Amino acid sequence: MSIWEYANPTKFMRTTDGLLPWLVAGAAVCCVGGLVWGFLTPQDFRQGSTVKIVFLHVPAAMMAINIWVMMLVASLIWIIRRHHVSALAAKAAAPIGAVMTLIALATGAIWGQPMWGTWWEWDPRLTSFLILFLFYVGYIALWSAVEDPDSAADLTGVLCLVGSVFALLSRYAVLFWNQGLHQGASLSVAPGERMSAVYRYPLYLSMLGFMLLFLALVLIRTRTEIRRRRLAALQAREMRA
Amino acid sequence: MIALLIRDLRLATRAGGGFGLGVAFFLVLSALVPFGIGPDRAALAPVAPGILWVGALLACLLSLDRIFALDHEDGSLDLLATAPLPLEGTVAVKALAHWITTGLPLILAAPVFGVLLQLPPAAMPWLVLSLLLGTPALSMLGAFGAAITVGLRRGGLLLSLLVLPLYIPTLIFGAEVTRRGAEGAAVQTPLVFLAGITLAAAALIPFAAAAALRINLR
Amino acid sequence: MIDLGKYAATVWLAYGVGLALLAGLIWQTVAANARARRALEEHDKNG
Repeated sequence: MSIWEYANPTKFMRTTDGLLPWLVAGAAVCCVGGLVWGFLTPQDFRQGSTVKIVFLHVPAAMMAINIWVMMLVASLIWIIRRHHVSALAAKAAAPIGAVMTLIALATGAIWGQPMWGTWWEWDPRLTSFLILFLFYVGYIALWSAVEDPDSAADLTGVLCLVGSVFALLSRYAVLFWNQGLHQGASLSVAPGERMSAVYRYPLYLSMLGFMLLFLALVLIRTRTEIRRRRLAALQAREMRA
Repeated sequence: MIALLIRDLRLATRAGGGFGLGVAFFLVLSALVPFGIGPDRAALAPVAPGILWVGALLACLLSLDRIFALDHEDGSLDLLATAPLPLEGTVAVKALAHWITTGLPLILAAPVFGVLLQLPPAAMPWLVLSLLLGTPALSMLGAFGAAITVGLRRGGLLLSLLVLPLYIPTLIFGAEVTRRGAEGAAVQTPLVFLAGITLAAAALIPFAAAAALRINLR
Repeated sequence: MIDLGKYAATVWLAYGVGLALLAGLIWQTVAANARARRALEEHDKNG
């Protein structure tokens, strides 16, 4: 058994133990603050009160993509450096990413109903997110299907690499396939296209909140995975003894 | 490499090898679609390119788990892994064998099923050409999925779940070529993309698939 | 109470569904973590 199995996870557990309360508090303050502040913003002259959905929709969509990138990085670290915690972090992040994608899709559908007159449209952005969701589902399914934990980490790592390429490819293929209804990027740096400050600041806060929430959740889930692994390792050792 | 290719082709075409199953499935699917949509020519023709492409894709999916599963069961995969031929080469040859036994019959049968589905005659050559360019990528990506799931019990369902999202770009461009062909529009752009995906898959996927195989054989 | 205009149902539904999904995720995470911790403690006590 490698040294990482005990040494590094122990350090990880100790570090996160001190860090987690701060993260949870920060996530709670920013999420609740951002969403409540967002909820109290005035109505948009065109979109009416539905503009308030943006404070859930955009942060969730942002996290859906960022979490996949984080999984890709974690998988690479695992494949190159054989850091067990890294593989477990990738595993822990996947369900969060799937839920974020689902939130983005669901709030988008509900928002689209009055704005575009339809729940669903095969618009490039919507379609890409659906595809991203499929990739999350496949990734999670592969993790739960392979019994040996190290093989599972390796195989999902390879899948994550190939999947990233194809998720990106699908994004552009879909863009070619259908031009859509969806508006462009919500946060543009170009002046004039910017969202008004009334909406922008609560959105920033909400995005920060989602980021902290993800960090807190992924740390807790990684801790769960480490504990499960440790228990399995202890039981396996007793079996042998 | 040639010997391995011939061996795989022989195994696939002898009794119980599942040869022709894909085409039979494709036929059944093409026959079922009009029952679902209705026999109206005006309703069938616009969806025919998409149905034919999805049908070819699903038929291709059927035989994927055979690429490595049988060799894994009788241990010859372990022999192949230690053979002088690099595992990447083995993967490429096996994907090629899968394409010859599954993809090629599908391509030959597709125009016939196109007639069944009222595909406009103008689209026929584009259907064949797009399948010719696209199906090698399907076999290659399928070999990757099969390599990942080779050791698993109940790997078949998981295989579909993993591979189908990877098929999306190929499906989009392939069906687009056929659809544009049916309308008489320019097909060059999607055709080039389709060929690009296939070439990239043929060049890069063997490495990923071989890596997955090594993990599973460890 | 803040006036949501004619889109009130849409906004409430979106926030309801979004927050419900988030709550489910958080609950599942915390519950699984507690379960793993308990299992490990139980094992330490017995072993």
